[in-house]
Amino acid sequence: MPKLRMTGRGLWITFLIVPPLAFVALFIVYPIISAFAYAFFDWQGLKRLDFVGLENFHTVLFVEPYRSWTLNAFKNNIIVFFALMVLQNGLGFILAYALWRELPGARFHRIAVFLPVVLSTIIVAYLFKLFYHPLFGVVNISLRGLGLDGLAQPWLGQSGTALWSIIAAQAWHMVGFPTLVFLAGMQRIPGEILDAVRMETESEWVKITQIVWPLVAPSATIVFTLLFVGAFNWFELPYIMGGLDGSPFGSTDVLGLYFYRTAFGNVSAGQQDFGLGSALAVLIFLFIAAIATVITVRLRAREIQI
Amino acid sequence: MKTNLIRIGAALGAVLVAAPTLAQDLTLWSWRQEDRAAYEQFIETFEAANPGITVKFETFEATNYNTILSTALAGGTGPDLAMVRAYGGLENVASAGYLEPLSTETVPALADFSAASLAAESMRSDGQIYAVPFASQTQFVIYNKAIFDANGLEEPQSWADLEALGQSLKDAGVIPFANGTATAWQNETVTFGLGSSLMGKDFYEDLIAGETDFTDERFTSALGEVAAIAADYFPDGFIGLDYPSAQQLFASGMAGMFIGGSYELSNFKNQNPDIELGMFAAPGETAEDEKLVAVYFDGGYAVNAATPNKDAAITFVNYLASQEFGQAFANTLNNISTVPGVTFDNPLLGEVAELNQSSIPYLMLAHFRYGEPSGSVLIQGEMQKLFAGETTPEAIGEVLTTGLAAWYEPFQN
Repeated sequence: MPKLRMTGRGLWITFLIVPPLAFVALFIVYPIISAFAYAFFDWQGLKRLDFVGLENFHTVLFVEPYRSWTLNAFKNNIIVFFALMVLQNGLGFILAYALWRELPGARFHRIAVFLPVVLSTIIVAYLFKLFYHPLFGVVNISLRGLGLDGLAQPWLGQSGTALWSIIAAQAWHMVGFPTLVFLAGMQRIPGEILDAVRMETESEWVKITQIVWPLVAPSATIVFTLLFVGAFNWFELPYIMGGLDGSPFGSTDVLGLYFYRTAFGNVSAGQQDFGLGSALAVLIFLFIAAIATVITVRLRAREIQI
Repeated sequence: MKTNLIRIGAALGAVLVAAPTLAQDLTLWSWRQEDRAAYEQFIETFEAANPGITVKFETFEATNYNTILSTALAGGTGPDLAMVRAYGGLENVASAGYLEPLSTETVPALADFSAASLAAESMRSDGQIYAVPFASQTQFVIYNKAIFDANGLEEPQSWADLEALGQSLKDAGVIPFANGTATAWQNETVTFGLGSSLMGKDFYEDLIAGETDFTDERFTSALGEVAAIAADYFPDGFIGLDYPSAQQLFASGMAGMFIGGSYELSNFKNQNPDIELGMFAAPGETAEDEKLVAVYFDGGYAVNAATPNKDAAITFVNYLASQEFGQAFANTLNNISTVPGVTFDNPLLGEVAELNQSSIPYLMLAHFRYGEPSGSVLIQGEMQKLFAGETTPEAIGEVLTTGLAAWYEPFQN
């Protein structure tokens, strides 16, 4: 059995590994574990009271009004995930394909598509709030200008349109990211394969479905997983555009806002409750971790090595 | 010569060593970044009169202020003094025992403060006062005098007058009310700024006495009337109009009225120095009904129970409870000071103080923000539904009563 000895090299490696490990332990592992612990206690403001076991989990899942708040926020997160899957990742793939095929103006569009990603979320949120302004917003003014007065709406004020308006802003903001990842994936497809395809068929459709899509599978794994995590952690845009309460009446409420409100309170709410907030955080974390693992494993399995 | 030098050196050394124990450095935390200059002025006045005590004013972001403060207090790094919220917002901090209870013994001036203002800074469980209240706010209707004069309009005496007023403004091409309800809390402002006289003092007293609940016809019919005004006289698409946009509509002179709080007055003046402001309590059904504004208290100054400089901190809150400070506060910050006997140079504030003579508390904040779901959260969401035509006033009464019954005992039967 080889004896463990601290050689110069070993020391050097330890020296390099310990600081980042300590950093991760202190700022990532420790908060997660303490949130787990907090969730099992009763709280009064920020003062910890008795150990209550699973009661906080029971409350957020089964006791009114928390039950319907939790379900409503969760339902909205699911809508956001599927909507963005189509609007952000779907569109991203199409844009990436167009850019990859070097259509006219591709060089300009490559920058234009990615530019919004660089903008701060705050800027995007305010910009779209102005766009959706019921009286002076460019959306309503354009509709009225086209004679479509009936379609001009108070976009962010109606339960039927508010969430979708924010989703549209999010898709515009982030569509450049999946585009970039897909484009990188497409550029890695070897030229010989493409030449071989060209001998067989002229159809773009066959090329996309039979060749390109399977070969960019690693890119898809990345953007699908990230979108899933992002959609269930969604906070900034709904916070700025809909407010902490998910205005109007919970239509734009998502788990992130709901967690924040519950744990830290807001001006209109009653008491802040760290226990319930932590229970929510733990549930969100477990859900995301479990599903993201499944997604990653399933998607990895269909990736092909070239 | 040499001994003199040593003596001087020793004396200087003694002063340097003694100085930190003599001078007491206090910190005061606040969420009012915009009031920094004024507070530094107040503190200067205090320091001149109380040598040896210095106060440092530090501000934090308003929305998360309570979280920041209670986190710091829990961690033992809190300030000596802090501005705290009122009602439920105060209880969040005070219930954990972080604040020093105040009494007429430690702060004699509190004896003359109004009972309502002290109740706002007390805990319901022990009845102790935890802060010196600083300002009250009033919810009512603010109007643009120039627009009223140009159209020969007057303050309404009855609900029918109010409707006629809205119609005249609309006919004149002016948006009658600037308000929008996309921002959740604005729904509560609109409901009680417009509906308090319709609900009436009797309803308020019966409700607090536990003799009625929100299904009371006096309450639900008021909600219906408020929604009818909104449908006819608020801007097109007001359910998608957020708070800052509504403020701009009024400040720019595009709208004649704004349902809001006394805190809007200085804001409108800042945005448009030429605007001439008037204000009235929204009327009741008939001209004979008492016209009521909705009043609440903003917050107070509290002492950290764990501060090592308690005496100095108490001295400072005594100054904050003094008439001298109240007067300076009213004059500089254009707010209604809660200190009794303060007079108002600013004619607008004088008017607010006069309207305050006939008031009921701003209902949900004063009584129903002590548990989950809070009355404020419920009424905000439900009024948004009502404005969107997705519920009825009677259904709102039911939702409020059954929702609040989760923690409000008088409704549990």
